[in-house]
Amino acid sequence: MNKKVVLLLISICTVCIIAVSPMIGMDTIPFSAFFNPIDDNVKSIILWEIRLPRVIMAFIAGAALSLSGMTFQALFRNPLATPFTLGVSSGAAFGAALYVKLGLFFSFLSIPGQPVFAFIGALVSVFIVYSLTRFKKSFSTATLLLAGVAVSFFFSSLILVIQYLSDFTHSFRIIRWLMGGVEIVGFESVYNILPFVTAGIAIIFFLNNELNLLTFGEDIAFSRGVNVQRVKILLYFAASLMVGSVVATCGPIGFVGMMCPHICRLFIGQDHRYLASASLLFGGGFLVMCDAVSRTVIAPAEIPVGIITALLGGPFFLWLLINGKSEQSIMNSG
Amino acid sequence: MTESYIEISEFSYNAGETEILKSISLSINKGEHLAVIGPNGAGKTTLLKCIMGFFKGEKGSIKINNVPITGFRNKDLAKLISYVPQADGRFLPFTVEEFVLMGRYPHLSPFTAISAKDRDKVTESIELTGISHLKKRLMSTLSGGECQTAFIAAAIAQEAGILLLDEPVAFLDPKHSVNIQKMLSRINMQLGKTLITVTHDINSAILNSDRIAALKLGEIKFVVKAEKAAHNSLLEKIYDTSFIFADHPITGKTFIAPEVIK
Repeated sequence: MNKKVVLLLISICTVCIIAVSPMIGMDTIPFSAFFNPIDDNVKSIILWEIRLPRVIMAFIAGAALSLSGMTFQALFRNPLATPFTLGVSSGAAFGAALYVKLGLFFSFLSIPGQPVFAFIGALVSVFIVYSLTRFKKSFSTATLLLAGVAVSFFFSSLILVIQYLSDFTHSFRIIRWLMGGVEIVGFESVYNILPFVTAGIAIIFFLNNELNLLTFGEDIAFSRGVNVQRVKILLYFAASLMVGSVVATCGPIGFVGMMCPHICRLFIGQDHRYLASASLLFGGGFLVMCDAVSRTVIAPAEIPVGIITALLGGPFFLWLLINGKSEQSIMNSG
Repeated sequence: MTESYIEISEFSYNAGETEILKSISLSINKGEHLAVIGPNGAGKTTLLKCIMGFFKGEKGSIKINNVPITGFRNKDLAKLISYVPQADGRFLPFTVEEFVLMGRYPHLSPFTAISAKDRDKVTESIELTGISHLKKRLMSTLSGGECQTAFIAAAIAQEAGILLLDEPVAFLDPKHSVNIQKMLSRINMQLGKTLITVTHDINSAILNSDRIAALKLGEIKFVVKAEKAAHNSLLEKIYDTSFIFADHPITGKTFIAPEVIK
């Protein structure tokens, strides 16, 4: 099937999901609430203050995680490289938790501090994993994953230390946040992460051709005239920026960054000029859908969306690990 | 006497503590076909990667048209040199056409779309290398020879005057091997491209190239006209084994085989 057609279908599905999901939840909101806010005040407030911000946040978070997963997979030339497996999520989570624990409330040039801390955490873990793989010269999937797991455990332990030192309510908040979720009220959090995510998306879309060439290997990319070092640094920066800001607000939502790019690859192929748009839309739509599920299955209670994605993602991850053939065809490991 | 095009002077490259290339000096003329031979681990592939600027050397310099390669922007360097790696099965699900189009990268600006000229160049390269019928096939479904040809097509689409080829016919059957070599000769003669080919196939080096440079343990042992390479005194020094020689009944050129003692 034509790639543009596939992309169009994904766009249509995503738009439908985004349009429908604000209506779904403990209270079903009719479409009319969009247009007649005065008729039904309570429903309108639910829609505008709770549902819409939440849906938009879920879309941004899903899109950013999916796109950064795609970027890491291309950079490491490895199907299992994701924000989660590389320890980037944990690094970002540690940064954000540290910010909370220190009781910091600063903003620099109106940039909120928590995403900045998370971003630094994300960069540190990318740097650690990348240096380890560099140091080993030729690295296998196993080395990469072990390095990622090690970094992940390290930061998880540091988060536990922070939790241990915190009081009970604080600790509970950290645990809940670590489960991952997009429950926000009002648009403030959306505005806070939007600049980071937009910058990251812009960089990655700008470097579509370079991503394509990098998947063939650094030597080939270089011989075609790609400034490999600069492009790689930019891409790491962009991906970490997105993961950092999303994790700071929504916690480490797992598996979106791994599953969505792979599913998109199955449908649209490896060409990043299409894959980037597809990953963005699909990742966003997927998380919006998971979030809708998370607030309806046991309504009025909610399951954190991170649990839903992990429930779906765990088996998928195993399938990917066991199914060696798909690993070869989806992406040849470097 | 043609003026030297690529000038490598006293160039050294280290990987960590190990010296891979030791004070290499070599000059290559425009339009020349140079074959680089030598045993495994001699540093042949490293030399190619240094010439294309991917590896940066410790000492000495590599110049093209008297300009050090370190002085070029990446895209400008790619307009001068293209690289054909060993076809080693790292090919992703791109069609041949998409892959060859990626060879146009140095000519693209991030702000403009792919032009008709780019498309024409891609079609031209695909036709020149005789793989029009494979255009829509995925790279991952091609045979070794077809893959190698697609890589050469991409390098031609890149429109660089210099082609660096890393064992273009290794792992290929005789028919494909001969086809690729014929194609390379055509690229050399008709398009006037300068070729530097790393190879283990001494006979094809003698048959197809203008000069042969022999590398061993990171040092250049000799650079001779291709037909002069068929001498035991030279080859023995490089490969630590004896060779026997015979005249090719058609080309009249000497061809060689390792001497086998039962």
